[in-house]
Amino acid sequence: MATMAEQIEARIVAALHPASLEIIDDSHLHSGHAGHRAGGESHFTVIVKAAAFEGLSRVARQRAVYTALGDLMAPDRIHALVIRADTPDT
Amino acid sequence: MTDPVQARIAHLVGNNDVVLFMKGTPLFPQCGFSSTAVQILDRLGVNQYESVDVLSDPEVRAGIKTYSDWPTVPQLYVKGEFVGGSDIMMEMYSSGELDAMLDELGVARED
Repeated sequence: MATMAEQIEARIVAALHPASLEIIDDSHLHSGHAGHRAGGESHFTVIVKAAAFEGLSRVARQRAVYTALGDLMAPDRIHALVIRADTPDT
Repeated sequence: MTDPVQARIAHLVGNNDVVLFMKGTPLFPQCGFSSTAVQILDRLGVNQYESVDVLSDPEVRAGIKTYSDWPTVPQLYVKGEFVGGSDIMMEMYSSGELDAMLDELGVARED
């Protein structure tokens, strides 16, 4: 069973073919807070650079990431996600 | 728009210069991202805005996700337009774009 971070990575790679991708599991920062679960894997930061973001607004870039994640983006799976989406030249 | 919840959201967004859909209230945010959004508006001197606590309104909590095809809260609207969530607010605040946009759109602010 792939970890949540591995599933996030696989979906973003497949949909956006990123030049670089970093996925940080922030779940430990949220223990005791609503949305945190035993076993973690609920809070993530995704830093992604992809040529696919060229010419897209910030909203459109982030929407593209949400779309790539599909059903992973549910409160009982990914509870919270920080997204930094840029083009490769930045 | 026949869905009453979508109509309510459209009414809120259409009749207030600045609307923040959030978890909790500006005084007592119930989520770190909502708290960030409130602090950004505060720093920019936006002190008269409509805040909607989605935790106390399950219909709006569900409806706001489809309204802008955006799966998360907070969500900021200025002059009827969806601006983004807390990541975008933070990026635009840091770069000065949010400040410039509020000026451009003539949003009332405290000096």
